[in-house]
Amino acid sequence: MLNPTLITVIMAATVIGALAGALGTFLVLRGQSLLGEVISHAALPGVVGGFLASGGRDMSAILGGALISGALAGLVVQVLRRGAGVKADAALGTVLSLFFAAGVVLLSIAQLQPGAAGLTVFLFGQAASVLRADLLPMVLVALGVVSVLTLFWKEFQLITFDREAAEVQGLPVVALETLLTVLIAITIVLGLALAGVVLMVAMLIAPAVAARQWVRSLGAMVALAGLFGVISGASGALLSAMGDGVATGPVMVLMAMAVTSLSLLLAPERGVLARWRRQMGARRALRGRQVLAALDGLSRDHRDPEYTSDEAMLDAYLGTNAGPVLSRLQKGGFIRAAAPVAPEIQGRRWELTGAGLERLHGRDSGDGAQGGDRGDDA
Amino acid sequence: MMLESIDLMILGTGALVALSGAMLGTLLVLRGQAMSGDAISHAIVLGIVVAWMLTGARAGPIVVGGAALAGLVAVIGAQALSRSGLMGHDAAIGLVFPAMFALGVLLINLNARNLHLDIDTVLLGEIGFVWLHTVPVLGVELPVAGVTLAVVGAVNAVFLLMFWKEQKLAAFDPGLAAALGFRPQAMGMALLALTSATAVASFDAVGVVLFLAFLIVPAVTGRLIAGSVLGIMAIAVVSGVVSVGVGYGAAVRWDVSIGGSMALATGLGLALALALSPRSGVVAALIRARAIELEGLVATLLTHLAAHEGTEAQAEECTPEALVDHLGWSETRAGKVVLEALDRGVIHRAGAELELTEAGWALARAAAERIDRRLALTMAAKEAARDMAQDVARDTGRDTGRDTARGPHG
Repeated sequence: MLNPTLITVIMAATVIGALAGALGTFLVLRGQSLLGEVISHAALPGVVGGFLASGGRDMSAILGGALISGALAGLVVQVLRRGAGVKADAALGTVLSLFFAAGVVLLSIAQLQPGAAGLTVFLFGQAASVLRADLLPMVLVALGVVSVLTLFWKEFQLITFDREAAEVQGLPVVALETLLTVLIAITIVLGLALAGVVLMVAMLIAPAVAARQWVRSLGAMVALAGLFGVISGASGALLSAMGDGVATGPVMVLMAMAVTSLSLLLAPERGVLARWRRQMGARRALRGRQVLAALDGLSRDHRDPEYTSDEAMLDAYLGTNAGPVLSRLQKGGFIRAAAPVAPEIQGRRWELTGAGLERLHGRDSGDGAQGGDRGDDA
Repeated sequence: MMLESIDLMILGTGALVALSGAMLGTLLVLRGQAMSGDAISHAIVLGIVVAWMLTGARAGPIVVGGAALAGLVAVIGAQALSRSGLMGHDAAIGLVFPAMFALGVLLINLNARNLHLDIDTVLLGEIGFVWLHTVPVLGVELPVAGVTLAVVGAVNAVFLLMFWKEQKLAAFDPGLAAALGFRPQAMGMALLALTSATAVASFDAVGVVLFLAFLIVPAVTGRLIAGSVLGIMAIAVVSGVVSVGVGYGAAVRWDVSIGGSMALATGLGLALALALSPRSGVVAALIRARAIELEGLVATLLTHLAAHEGTEAQAEECTPEALVDHLGWSETRAGKVVLEALDRGVIHRAGAELELTEAGWALARAAAERIDRRLALTMAAKEAARDMAQDVARDTGRDTGRDTARGPHG
């Protein structure tokens, strides 16, 4: 089953996935996901232009063209924003749609030429279009990007998290930002044949968002996002190669989305499930304190430290069935069931224990504080 | 019938796309939600495919409604994700719609045999073939896509007429709109729902990505030129509709993609506005910059003359040649500035010399006064800063004892 073509495809998807995840981390942390979207859509006229200029399916001409038009798009966004005062989102949408339209026009010109049928794979990506000969240049470019990333690691870290500090330290911030954007553009362009212009940006965003849920440091995030990228890229390429005529891009993206969804759901601290559990814990602790306070208040109101409260009264007090809370508190030793006042009266009566009083008035040290107080931060 | 001509069908359909796009796009751009339009236009692909799988229909109210729902889901989903604080808003948009788009494309791929819908059509549209599917309306054969667009466009227009002031207020001051009970949230949702419906109605004609061009670019063009919502919208409509005509002409002339050419033509309007808009155009900015520069040069000339008039150096300094020799101006610049000053009547010629007129003296004195005042203020500020620095130094010296220990000046 593992024929050479498939191995080529999987290797390419692995390289692209790792690179996209690593660089996507910076895109996401810098809040520039939509710029990535624009660069990848805007690569289309470059792809077709490269094809037209070289007169054939010359990979380096096509990718070079894509890089140029992607960079040009980024530049036009800047001109629109700084020069004409157009709002960021409108500038991004304008450039994206106009460049894409130019790509469509060029595509219709190119389709009159022989060999242009392969061009449409750049829309959604087709794994089979990656040839064995493309693999080595791909790996080399990827290594180049990674080594520049490592070389300027500290600088990139600083401009990502504290742009002002970088400026104060005298770093050439604008140049570094441009360099980072160029690295991202190279990554996008490299993945076009696999994932396509429409979906490539998702291969940068999704693994990075997923990784962010698990780790806190930049280095770990880059590494983990790279790993997630490898997983989704390789599995997506494999799956799409099995299906007949299934474009690779969508499958890779859906695999990446699956990883992201799982991460959003399951991550230990930020995950939705963990949050939900913390909230439940906090709610339970609050309920417990409410019951303890009610017991305490009732005994104060009756000026009787020995006062025992009727369970039905506590039900009414809380507005729901107090039974589960009461038995939990009893298990914790904070309250105890009291002897009935008279044999004919039904229903249990409760009173605070010493531990319960301390829990209510003393410093928060019980299990209630664990869930309650930590749950709310960011 | 006239309308049965293919050209008119294509142009009419395109114009309807441009009309609806401009109306909704203006509000989206003013609200800063242009990229929501991007998300919607991609996400409806999933809606279209799912509606097709469930009902077997490719057009009609159910598909429009169902797919529009998908667009709304994308925007609301992105909002919910970004509000959860797990990721930024941009990343949320960048996650939700590629996911829906990818799923839609995958479903198209898997159903390719029975679904008469290939991905290229979804993405790029086939406005050149709208005349293939027609319905009779009042005895005239009209393209289905055009009729759908006309209905959606009418709904858009009615909606805008009904909620014009609410939409306007919600776009500029959501806080005030909420305080006045105009429900800016609901207004925003309604706008996005209509955008979704319009995107669905347009996709047959121009495809999902090119629709975005008609949604955003004309509105941005209007924004560059006009200063009122109505003005922006009017310019957007005109620029969108003209783009359709120009784009179609170009497409026929050079035999290229009609939809792509129409969408690209919207960029021509934008380029024109960028160059020529009296508000924010490049040319206008250049003219303003030149005027400001000239103003400064004339002021310099006046100051120069005022400084030397009545002194011994007058004969040497108060000449056009001195401007070149002493101020380092080029001869053309000196000539231009002198001419300008003569035109304004602030200087006059006295033989080979230039002399200030009454008006020129008044201006020069006012400028000198301004400069003096600024100088005085600057000096005062410097002094205050020095005093403050001394105070701080004294205080730290007292607190730590370090400065006093070091020497007598502590």
